[in-house]
Amino acid sequence: MIWLNVVIQGVLVGGFYALFACGLSLMFGVLKVINLAHGDMAVVAAYVAVFLTPHLHIAEIWSLLVVVPLFALVGYVLQRTLIQKSIDRDPFTTLLVTFGLSVVIENLLLEIYTANAQTVNVGAIGYESWHPGSIFYISYVSLGVLVAAVAVLAILQLFLSHTGTGRLVRAVADDREAAQLSGANYRHIFGIAAAIAFATVALAGIAYGMQTQFAPTSGGVNLLFAFEAVVIGGIGSLWGTLVGGIALGMAQVFGAHFNPEYQRLAGDVLFLLVLAVRPQGLFGKKTSLS
Amino acid sequence: MSEVVLDVRGLSVYHGQLCAVDDVSFVLREGEILAMIGANGAGKSTLLRTIAGLHHPSAGSISFKGVDLATMTPNRRVRLGLSLVPEGRRLFSSMTLEENLQVGAHRANKGPFTIERIYELFDWMPSRRKQSTWQLSGGEQQAVAIGRALVANPKVLLLDELSLGLAPIVIERIYGLVPEIVSQGVSILIVEQDVAQGVAVADRVHCLLEGRTSLVGTPEELTSDQIDRAYFGSDLREVPAHEELSE
Repeated sequence: MIWLNVVIQGVLVGGFYALFACGLSLMFGVLKVINLAHGDMAVVAAYVAVFLTPHLHIAEIWSLLVVVPLFALVGYVLQRTLIQKSIDRDPFTTLLVTFGLSVVIENLLLEIYTANAQTVNVGAIGYESWHPGSIFYISYVSLGVLVAAVAVLAILQLFLSHTGTGRLVRAVADDREAAQLSGANYRHIFGIAAAIAFATVALAGIAYGMQTQFAPTSGGVNLLFAFEAVVIGGIGSLWGTLVGGIALGMAQVFGAHFNPEYQRLAGDVLFLLVLAVRPQGLFGKKTSLS
Repeated sequence: MSEVVLDVRGLSVYHGQLCAVDDVSFVLREGEILAMIGANGAGKSTLLRTIAGLHHPSAGSISFKGVDLATMTPNRRVRLGLSLVPEGRRLFSSMTLEENLQVGAHRANKGPFTIERIYELFDWMPSRRKQSTWQLSGGEQQAVAIGRALVANPKVLLLDELSLGLAPIVIERIYGLVPEIVSQGVSILIVEQDVAQGVAVADRVHCLLEGRTSLVGTPEELTSDQIDRAYFGSDLREVPAHEELSE
């Protein structure tokens, strides 16, 4: 029964990791950009939610209705300006630029909001849980985040497979030049992919703020987990990201079960094991590595 | 004479220090087939890719029906009516045959070529439209690549090394489509390493040697000796000394 609980808690944590990681996976899969500021963007979204909502006179949880579209817009504009400029130079430049963005964001947040920890206040439900068995506690917020993650991935999958724009996103990811030769404006498509990635990371940031406390430097460790989830699941596979997130979450809860200090270690060991045994990830294609 | 659709003047293209295309000029008229022949590294593909907008020329101009293409992105050139079938097919590997055609058609100009029309031209396609492109043979992939370019309804079709890596019977079948395409008012610029194939299908032949124009003419007026010399830079057979000097 204890192990079942480990699995359940692992799946719940994994849902959050998947939500956090899918934007990272999309940015890498389509733009071939490793966004080192991904984690910080999530933190910015959480700060915007916390400090914007008092002005809007709505419950903090509904701030996502404003923050998510806002971040989609920010993603598109940032891609068409700063990130595209760095892509036009070379891949190394994109690393430097996003790393620089990360540093700037963390320090701006420190400057404006201090190092005090914040949380997205969802009221009493934040502490409540469903209690189906003697030792099972399923937090409503975590369950909500898992459901949101699955919904986001499903919508993304439908968008990519069944809409004309989604098809173009895949075309650009497959072969940017050939997509141009088919009449696609790849910069615009990149912008759309970045908008989606930023929208999902905003959602992930608010979800993070609802589950735990965050501070200006919280982005880094989450970025690491997101990377691990993407690599375990397989780069370029959406559902792989969910499975990777859940595998990582289960490994961490499993490690923490023996000793809380082992939580991160267990996740890192799983990550290294996958890299050693199946470098393309559980659902990745071998060709996607080249 | 019919209208000039593509006018290339004094075009030079560099890859870093290397001059890949050196002061090349030609015109392509409506409904005409021009074969650009030349050995490996003669600059044929670079020339085609520059016309499609994938390389920037360092000198010269390209105009399409009188419109200067200098600052135009590749995707805008497609909408203007200029489509390239790139070397090596370059299909979208994660997609099905039909999805590849749909991407080609997403910003299509008005014209005779629809996905249904492509399915009529290649009657094996409808039954396999849901297959991934990596399941297709080389010749079939080439057909999809041509279809993907045709559904945009180009006025000028640029074909890069269609025959590369394909069996002779397959090459013959693919070139067999060229008259059908031209009959719809499409002009074709073919780049071909296989000289016999290029000469057989073309109205005019333009030979490149190390980036420069080495020979221009119609297949009827050119002798195979002339073509050999223009292709390789010298006659491989015995050449009298005085002829070599006069070259």
